[in-house]
Amino acid sequence: MTVQELPGAGASHRSTPPPAWRPRTDAAPLLPDPEPYRVLGTPAAEKLDADLMRRCHAELVRGRRYNAQATALTRQGRLAVYPSTVGQEACEIAAALVLQEQDWLFPSYRDTLAAVARGLDPVQALTLLRGDWHTGYDPREHRIAPLSTPLATQLPHAVGLAHAARLRGDDVVALAMVGDGGTSEGDFHEALNFAAVWKAPVVFLVQNNGFAISVPLSKQTAAPTLAHKAVGYGMPGRLVDGNDIAAVHEVLSEAVRRARSGGGPTLVEAVTYRIEAHTNADDATRYRGDAEVEAWKAHDPVALLERELTARGILDEQAVQAARDAAEEMAADLRERMNADPVLNPMDIFAHVYAEQTGRLREQADMLRAELDAEEQS
Amino acid sequence: MAQALNRAMRDAMAADPAVHVMGEDVGTLGGVFRITDGLAKEFGEDRCTDTPLAEAGILGTAVGMAMYGLRPVVEMQFDAFAYPAFEQLVSHVARMRNRTRGAMPLPITIRVPYGGGIGGVEHHSDSSEAYYTATPGLHVVTPATVEDAYGLLRAAIASDDPVVFMEPKRLYWSKADWNPEAPAGVPGIGKALVRRAGTGATLITYGPSLPVCLEAAEAAREEGWDLEVLDLRSLVPLDEEAVVASVRRTGRAVVVHEANGFGGPGAEIAARIQEKCFHHLEAPVLRVTGFDIPYPPPMLEKHHLPGVDRILDTVARLQWED
Ligand SMILES: Cc1ncc(C[n+]2csc(CCOP(=O)(O)OP(=O)(O)O)c2C)c(N)n1
Repeated sequence: MTVQELPGAGASHRSTPPPAWRPRTDAAPLLPDPEPYRVLGTPAAEKLDADLMRRCHAELVRGRRYNAQATALTRQGRLAVYPSTVGQEACEIAAALVLQEQDWLFPSYRDTLAAVARGLDPVQALTLLRGDWHTGYDPREHRIAPLSTPLATQLPHAVGLAHAARLRGDDVVALAMVGDGGTSEGDFHEALNFAAVWKAPVVFLVQNNGFAISVPLSKQTAAPTLAHKAVGYGMPGRLVDGNDIAAVHEVLSEAVRRARSGGGPTLVEAVTYRIEAHTNADDATRYRGDAEVEAWKAHDPVALLERELTARGILDEQAVQAARDAAEEMAADLRERMNADPVLNPMDIFAHVYAEQTGRLREQADMLRAELDAEEQS
Repeated sequence: MAQALNRAMRDAMAADPAVHVMGEDVGTLGGVFRITDGLAKEFGEDRCTDTPLAEAGILGTAVGMAMYGLRPVVEMQFDAFAYPAFEQLVSHVARMRNRTRGAMPLPITIRVPYGGGIGGVEHHSDSSEAYYTATPGLHVVTPATVEDAYGLLRAAIASDDPVVFMEPKRLYWSKADWNPEAPAGVPGIGKALVRRAGTGATLITYGPSLPVCLEAAEAAREEGWDLEVLDLRSLVPLDEEAVVASVRRTGRAVVVHEANGFGGPGAEIAARIQEKCFHHLEAPVLRVTGFDIPYPPPMLEKHHLPGVDRILDTVARLQWED
């Protein structure tokens, strides 16, 4: 049989592909607007919720102070390292505030502030960075997953947890945070794909702070924006000004509402900037100039909100002072408690490897105990 | 064995609604080896789920599910396709209990069909157990008999710690007198078993090499050698008591496994025996293992896999008649 003899050949060169092949044509609503969404300084600010904004302001001021205190603690050698979120406080705080009590937060190693804004004791949030224990809290009690050091690996966890909660019929949303560099990891892709296929109640928040250590976004991805990646998975992508807490709060709230009502996941890219170096171990002058940093400082999340709220009479000098006093109190308490040496029991290292200690671990624990006893006697 | 594994999952799912099976093709198809056959039909697709094709995603989402109180049973389609999930396994699964000081154990069972001898093309025959045994926080078990396939899998699913459950795919089709209506009890994790008592030397083995060792022991009888065969069943934790007791009795030991010798489980076991049985040993501990090569093409695998002759030659090197 030749091609000409095949059934249906000859009449037309065109053939309609079988239905299963057809692409979905509803991609447009998934695409992000090309301009990051803004509220502060735009007519949309008319409708600001005064109480919510006052709360956001107090949290921003506290967050800024927290960053300063934690950075100071690294200089005193109390923290091994601290990845600062100065300039990113709006994202950190909005992420915590949009969640209800039963919801879960999946932070990256940079997001201690989000965990603190969710109500975690700052000292417990800092054990990973202080070095006395990897996770200083019970994740189930606070519904905050351990701060994840390997990039993007916490994202599939968020999807699995949200999926499990939905299978159980529970009203739980998971919000997972990742940096711009983390979006290049395979786990980012797999998590988004699973979430979309399973319609899991998850919100992915990408804090695009311009750099992955020293590597700028332009060397990280060729995508128009990180929010554009959403459309490939079949979920909406949203672009928001990450320094505008009113905008971040609104966009994340909408994404959380969508997840809660069974609408599936959303990818939110918050465009922000890392004002300080990657960590205290990094030298940012090697890869960026002062002018860029100064330009971003002029777009500071705390100042942006303060200006708007003061102009609108939502915030007065007294309230600003009260927020600063509360922040100062938090910092003093944190300083004091972090300056006490943690009491550690070396035998703890064997305590939680398995539910039941193996014979091998018992032998090794005996060895360490003998070493410790000998040390004590000498 | 396939039927016993299937039955183990079915019984576990029926007994506990928290047990969820997930992986590639495990639903409608019942898995490429049909180990999950019928589970989706019986328990629904929410309990036996065809996932997207992504091993890190499968294990990573299982972590989140376990964080929420489920007991995921994850199928990795083949030994060499589990490697993309290693980051999740090593960085999270193995250490979640530890990093949260016991607050968040992860009861995940990771089923990995492993080993050669089935004529599989590249990436379908790896013995990857040493990667898992080298990772603290994981249990690593492997059945060699149909009873153990059932019992060990039930024990793995019931464990509050993550268990890498290595399935010797060469034995999937092994038949044995096994009554699926009255499956034997659960041996628990970490208990070795003497499969054949003997006095002259101990063959220490597990998984797909057990039948080979039993055959070797039978053949050895003709040469006047009375070999004991110890089936480890669990590599982590290792039943050192059973190993030590047997070697002290026989005074000689050969460790047999398919995995590469260098850094393989046999190296660890041999070291432990020297440490704990030095004065009882009549000869150095020897190993019969796969060569230290990437798994060979199927037409050559018979040269790589430890067989009866290679085991007997090694036993002969124990210098029977001094
Ligand atoms: C899997 C993995 N690879 C490399 C690292 C080392 N590392 C730590 S932070 C970082 C850059 C992360 O950049 P980004 O995701 O943009 O987050 P940011 O630090 O800017 O918040 C790298 C490469 C890591 N933690 N995990």
